[in-house]
Amino acid sequence: MSFFKLTNVRKTFGGLVAVNDLSFAIEAGSIVAMIGPNGAGKSTVFNLITGIYSPSSGAIDLEGRTLRSLSTDRVTARGIARTFQNIRLFAFMSALDNVMTGCHAQMRASLVDSLLHTPRQRAEERTVRERARELLKFVGLEGDADNYARNLSYGHQRRLEIARALATDPKLLLLDEPAAGMNPREKEGLIALIRRIRDKGVTVFLIEHDMHLVMNLSERVTVLDHGEKIAEGTPEAVRNDERVIEAYLGRADGAA
Amino acid sequence: MNPAVRRSLRFVPLLLLPLVPLVDHNNSHIDFLANAGAFILLALGLNIVVGFAGLLDLGYAAFFAIGSYSYAMLASQQFGIHVPFWVMLFAASGIAAIFGILLGAPTLRLRGDYLAIVTLGFGEIVPQTFLNLSQYTNGPNGINSLDSPSLFGHRFGFSATPYFYVMLGLIVIGVLLASNLQNSRLGRAWMAIREDELAARHMGINTTAAKLSAFALGASFSGLAGVAYAAKLDLVSPDQFQFNVSVLVLSMLVLGGMGNIPGVIVGSFALSFINSFLLPQSTNLVHSIGLTWIDFTDYRFMLYGVILVAMMLFRPEGLIPSRQRRAELREALTDPGISAQEQTEYQGAAR
Amino acid sequence: MDVFYQQLINGLSLGGIYALIALGYTMVYGIIELINFAHGDVYTLGTFFSLAILTGLGVSGEVHGLALVGVVLVTMLAAMLLCGITGVLIERLAYRRLRNAPRLAPLITAIGMSFILENVMQLWKGPSPISFPAVIPNPSFQAGGVEIAAKQILVIVLAIVMMVALQLFIRNTKMGKAMRATAQDRDAAQLMGININTTIAMTFLIGSALAGAAGFVSGVYYGTTWFFNGFEAGLKAFTAAVLGGIGNVAGAMLGGFLIGLVEAFATQYIPQGAQWTNVVVFSVLVLVLVFRPSGLLGEAVPEKV
Ligand SMILES: Nc1ncnc2c1ncn2[C@@H]1O[C@H](COP(=O)(O)OP(=O)(O)O)[C@@H](O)[C@H]1O
Ligand SMILES: [Mg+2]
Repeated sequence: MSFFKLTNVRKTFGGLVAVNDLSFAIEAGSIVAMIGPNGAGKSTVFNLITGIYSPSSGAIDLEGRTLRSLSTDRVTARGIARTFQNIRLFAFMSALDNVMTGCHAQMRASLVDSLLHTPRQRAEERTVRERARELLKFVGLEGDADNYARNLSYGHQRRLEIARALATDPKLLLLDEPAAGMNPREKEGLIALIRRIRDKGVTVFLIEHDMHLVMNLSERVTVLDHGEKIAEGTPEAVRNDERVIEAYLGRADGAA
Repeated sequence: MNPAVRRSLRFVPLLLLPLVPLVDHNNSHIDFLANAGAFILLALGLNIVVGFAGLLDLGYAAFFAIGSYSYAMLASQQFGIHVPFWVMLFAASGIAAIFGILLGAPTLRLRGDYLAIVTLGFGEIVPQTFLNLSQYTNGPNGINSLDSPSLFGHRFGFSATPYFYVMLGLIVIGVLLASNLQNSRLGRAWMAIREDELAARHMGINTTAAKLSAFALGASFSGLAGVAYAAKLDLVSPDQFQFNVSVLVLSMLVLGGMGNIPGVIVGSFALSFINSFLLPQSTNLVHSIGLTWIDFTDYRFMLYGVILVAMMLFRPEGLIPSRQRRAELREALTDPGISAQEQTEYQGAAR
Repeated sequence: MDVFYQQLINGLSLGGIYALIALGYTMVYGIIELINFAHGDVYTLGTFFSLAILTGLGVSGEVHGLALVGVVLVTMLAAMLLCGITGVLIERLAYRRLRNAPRLAPLITAIGMSFILENVMQLWKGPSPISFPAVIPNPSFQAGGVEIAAKQILVIVLAIVMMVALQLFIRNTKMGKAMRATAQDRDAAQLMGININTTIAMTFLIGSALAGAAGFVSGVYYGTTWFFNGFEAGLKAFTAAVLGGIGNVAGAMLGGFLIGLVEAFATQYIPQGAQWTNVVVFSVLVLVLVFRPSGLLGEAVPEKV
């Protein structure tokens, strides 16, 4: 049984086939990447996994249990977290509150606890605040706890999104173009961060255009073009694959 | 200073309020304060829905009506049922909450502006229903001679003073509960939903349940206010709960500062004061100097309208804003960084 | 059965008025995603303007022959123009600045505008219903046992003519295309050289002018008006727009007629129906929004993430 598995997943929007008969599996504890030209359907795959879209057909399983027809919040509770290609932080909440919000599903405070601020509720708030601070520190944002997410630099916003996703305590972390807009130094930091995340036992599945990052980090790469898997394997194998080269070179909008 | 302490300090002036009836023996003043108190309760409740969770409820008066009519039907000669006032406070807030859930459950998935219109429709249906079911509600005449509340065997009667204390007590409780909510797991979830509903779902927040609890809690405040207000007025009738009441309460929030409890209280009190004192008194004044064709009370709707428009255009965060709301609304006004496009994308994505 | 056909005609005439108002809601929503809450009051203003113009023309009762045609055209066109200008002013003063604000801000502003307009009209003509001259003589046509009044024919025909004209305008003119482009993707339209401000102003002009036309015919149809007319009529027309599929011109028309029919038949067939019509119409609104928010003719577009 694989840790995470897509089987013949297909998604159409009206006449457009965004993802076509896609199958692949991810081993627990690995870092894998998905690459492909813009519009290939990569983000759509993430949206299918997190229940934003439901597949037209096919199955998605985590640890042998289907994610079919689970709402997004239930998918998160099952242990899948994500970041977004276009950053979607809670712009006018502090960095700390952003991360604490990520802890929502682990918290037990009931409506009555929230209304009355019972001792149990207050203890939980303290614990969660502490945990959120640790996560901020883990991604290198301990100095930004009280700043609005919106006021952070771009690179810091991307890190904050990762911290917020980690706060949901995921087994599988989906990163949608985490290095986009980062300078080379920030990218090196990101590579190190992703390794540390994996070392905590979180499986990482990332979409990325930056080949340096992909080649450096991932154990396996899946290549998508026009919604179809055109190659899969180790970074080296994929890099030398004819169809991949064609898909990228045949287009002006290839890898950035 | 500890933020919790600082928060509490803002409410210190409230401690002086219980003394007012001892100092001011003018019953009409106390009467005004008691009425204003009911509207502060309403504003506190609507603030949970609009200010915290960001859901525009345009039919809020419906829950006020439900609270009032509950009391009128269950504590009067109407059916010969006489549930005590204090029990009805709880019961009616529960009943209103249930109606909040009944309305919210099917509709809370809707986008914000559609939800607003649905709540408006509900706000029209409820008083109309009370009007039409005249065999139970006496139709347009309403129900009067409601039971006068009593405490330790002392009946409230027609003095406004006991109601003043009841309202004050309810407001204190309301403020505590609302500010507790704001600083809790649920309050954070509401804030997240307001900012980006789709991202909120990815945090494991069941957004429908969270919105539903905002709706139910807001409604229960309104139900509570309804009972107290009906008992004080000794009367309910369908025309007390028209759309303009919902808009009045909304104007209170917009004036004071949505999402900020002190702002909401000040905004609410200010509008009550203008409505019940400033407009009639200044009318009397101009009448006394012979300008009898002027009646400022005719400009009430204009006032609400101007408040809504002018505040949204020039000070959307309200007179006494929360830090967060201020940033949120201000920057959107001046900075095209957050485009309307993105804002709409924040609303739930289709499944 | 005659009762049925009678209510059918009544419903279609009511529906014609709702349809004309609904067109304005749907156009504005289509282009800036705003429920223009003040639109119902612009419609009431249409009745008030018409009344003022008729008074100015010295018309206080039935008019016949060519003079009738003249009076109807002059009054209606003038009311349309005045309402159109009002709509443009409202957009310019109240909504434009909020185009990039969180969605609820312009909606709250629109509610404020609605209250301001209502108060202005209340100060203008007082708080009570006022009578509107029955300009159109009342020959009624018998078909079977069913009676159709001339004014009913006017309403229905006018609504259909206006919708067709609007469709042609949107399909075939440069401005119409600019409107569609702006509705689809404002930023892209701007890049293509479309003047967004003019296009949106034009949308308000046309939508409000249609409300002006509706105002005139409703004055003639009901023979009365008051400052608060637009609240209920506006809500019903908005319901019509949603029912048809908001943003869709033909849908607004269809929705308008359907809501008119629902109202007419509810009045007839539900015991004490007249009391319950609003409840029925708003229940329709809630049900449509819950079960088919894209309306009858609109299509559901999944949002991109
Ligand atoms: N909600 C949607 N509605 C219609 N088309 C969509 C939607 N989401 C994605 N698409 C289309 O699906 C294709 C794949 O998009 P996406 O997954 O975002 O590509 P990638 O992330 O690989 O750049 C694109 O053609 C895109 O326009
Ligand atoms: Mg993508």
